Amino acid sequence: MYEFITGFMFWLALGVCLTGVIVRTILYFRGLQWNLDRVAYKAYPVEGFKGAIRSIYKWILPFGTHGWRKQPFMTVIFFSFHLGAVVVPLFLLAHNLFLEEKLGFSFFSINGGVADFLTWLVVASTVLIILRRIALPEVRIMTNWYDYLIILISVAPFVTGLMARYQVGDYSFWLLVHIISGEILLFAIPFTKLSHVFLFFASRAQLGMDYGIKRGGLKGTKMAW
Amino acid sequence: MPEGIFCNKKPIETEDALTALLGDTSGSQYYKEMKSLDVDSKLLWTTIQNTCKSRIRTWLEICAHCGMCADSCFLYLVNDRDPEQVPAYKIQSTLGEIIKRKGNVDNKFMHMAMETAWAKCTCCNRCGMYCPHGIDMGIMFGYLRGLLYQQGFVPWELKIGAGMHRVYRAQMDVSEEEFVETFQWMVEEYEEEYPGLAVPVDVENADIMYTVNAREVKHYPEDLAEAAILFHAAGENWTVPSRGWEQTSLAMFAGDWAACKMQVENVYAAMERLKPKRMIGTECGHAHRATVVEGPYWAGRKDGKPPAESIHYIEWLAEALREGKLKIDPEKRIKVPVTLQDSCNYVRNHGLRETGREILSYIVEPGYYREMSPNREHNYCCGGGGGFNGIGLFRPQRNKALITKRDQILATGAKLVIAPCHNCWDAIRDLEEEFEIGIKWSFLKPLVISMLEIPGHMKPEE
Repeated sequence: MYEFITGFMFWLALGVCLTGVIVRTILYFRGLQWNLDRVAYKAYPVEGFKGAIRSIYKWILPFGTHGWRKQPFMTVIFFSFHLGAVVVPLFLLAHNLFLEEKLGFSFFSINGGVADFLTWLVVASTVLIILRRIALPEVRIMTNWYDYLIILISVAPFVTGLMARYQVGDYSFWLLVHIISGEILLFAIPFTKLSHVFLFFASRAQLGMDYGIKRGGLKGTKMAW
Repeated sequence: MPEGIFCNKKPIETEDALTALLGDTSGSQYYKEMKSLDVDSKLLWTTIQNTCKSRIRTWLEICAHCGMCADSCFLYLVNDRDPEQVPAYKIQSTLGEIIKRKGNVDNKFMHMAMETAWAKCTCCNRCGMYCPHGIDMGIMFGYLRGLLYQQGFVPWELKIGAGMHRVYRAQMDVSEEEFVETFQWMVEEYEEEYPGLAVPVDVENADIMYTVNAREVKHYPEDLAEAAILFHAAGENWTVPSRGWEQTSLAMFAGDWAACKMQVENVYAAMERLKPKRMIGTECGHAHRATVVEGPYWAGRKDGKPPAESIHYIEWLAEALREGKLKIDPEKRIKVPVTLQDSCNYVRNHGLRETGREILSYIVEPGYYREMSPNREHNYCCGGGGGFNGIGLFRPQRNKALITKRDQILATGAKLVIAPCHNCWDAIRDLEEEFEIGIKWSFLKPLVISMLEIPGHMKPEE
């Protein structure tokens, strides 16, 4: 079982995820049409590129935009969640050992204490994100089962990872569940709302190009995100 | 009943059809017919498949339902934080739902979508600045309006407005002759006061080709004279085209993209015919957006620009003051608390956030200028944008929407609001009528004329 999950299933999940990400990113940009979107992308590649970079950069900076500054609570839980969600999977020592064995290369590893902290941060901010969803009428009205499913898929690898980490009950059980939940996450990335892990950059780039080219960019006005 | 006599899927193409529809007072029969208008689901779905590409589809897909756009929407705030006014909810429950159901929606749904598209969104695009994913719901509402228009679910006034552009290439029934005659008549009225004042019609290779809003011709002809006086005072070599003089586009508010193209091509043809160095439009926001910002795309121009360099009136005015073409008598500068209304259509949507302020630095006595909060590209819509001002059916909603601007103005303590945009000007006039807060409102032209140092060539002979 373990062999199958860490062997065939791992390769399949990784392959589907990476292929999906690449294909969908290409399809996204091929689907941008200057006449329908009313943005002359090709006529002003430099201005468009600058606008795109600016739009992404400002928004991945905590409190970097008016939008973030307007909602400090959301900003804190949002960045706490995403910091852990990006850093831990890529830079956990155990993951790197696994990668080394499978792929023959690995990223640098973060300190175990930092990894623990970031993982707890993900779990804690998920709880707050869920509470925010329930508490605020303007978020509740849009929330449906699908939003909770996405949260579940996203946080499951972290919760199961912690269970394995602290060896609650049967270690090998939790390790197996952890790997499966991670693979589910990989499968889900290209096909669900989790596609935002790459389409965020695409979508932000598009609006950045819009502002960089059409909405004032050519006049030298930089958008105050 | 499928198609009604007035309410149907056919655009207005003739003067007779226009007159008939105008005869249906307040659209009473029109809206009655709309209640039984069929939805052509097949057409709806085909249109979506052909025109809804990755940008909008991705926006709808990745929306995280996080609600961060809520506070950015003045209609959400002014309607007591009604969750149904959250921008993401509004677009997901209309356009999102139409796509999810592959166009299989009924008449009742389309009524709801129409109210949402025209009474719950002014396409001010402010929410797009506050979404982490860069989802611009204003753009999607513009798109939705197009779908609704195609199906005949469009407010009566905007069906007429789009029809006006199709028939007259103007938002009102003003013919080319009427335009030229009115302009000449107004100039004659001021000729004695300003010797040499004239309206040069169809002059080729002028430095400036001036375009207007048909409302000026019909209802505020002094505005035409004021434009002539300022160009004359600045010693500009300018002209107006007898054809292609209308800069506005109610068709844009209606979502009638074919009419948008017809309208804007008429103006571009004038540019190509007269070959001016620059085109300058009047103090109007949506007209600039339609002709300068969006228009090139409707006309299929790949560089996204009109045939001649085109600027907003405030850009010309700021330049004329900066370069000393127009001189202000410092004694006559504004000495009452004054604020500036930033028009969404050329500030948030074309980056002209400092231009108005530069003009005010010349015409307002230091210490009297008050900023609204928020301002520049973060300013709120006047409350009447995107066609909202003109729709009788949604008047109560529009009046409520004015409260945001009322409170913003009150907070500045200003007694005068400068609104270099027809839509904003109207909304501010209406809010004063509705709430009587004791303010005055004005375009820039009359203010500048009132404090102008009249150059020698314009002084009447003794």
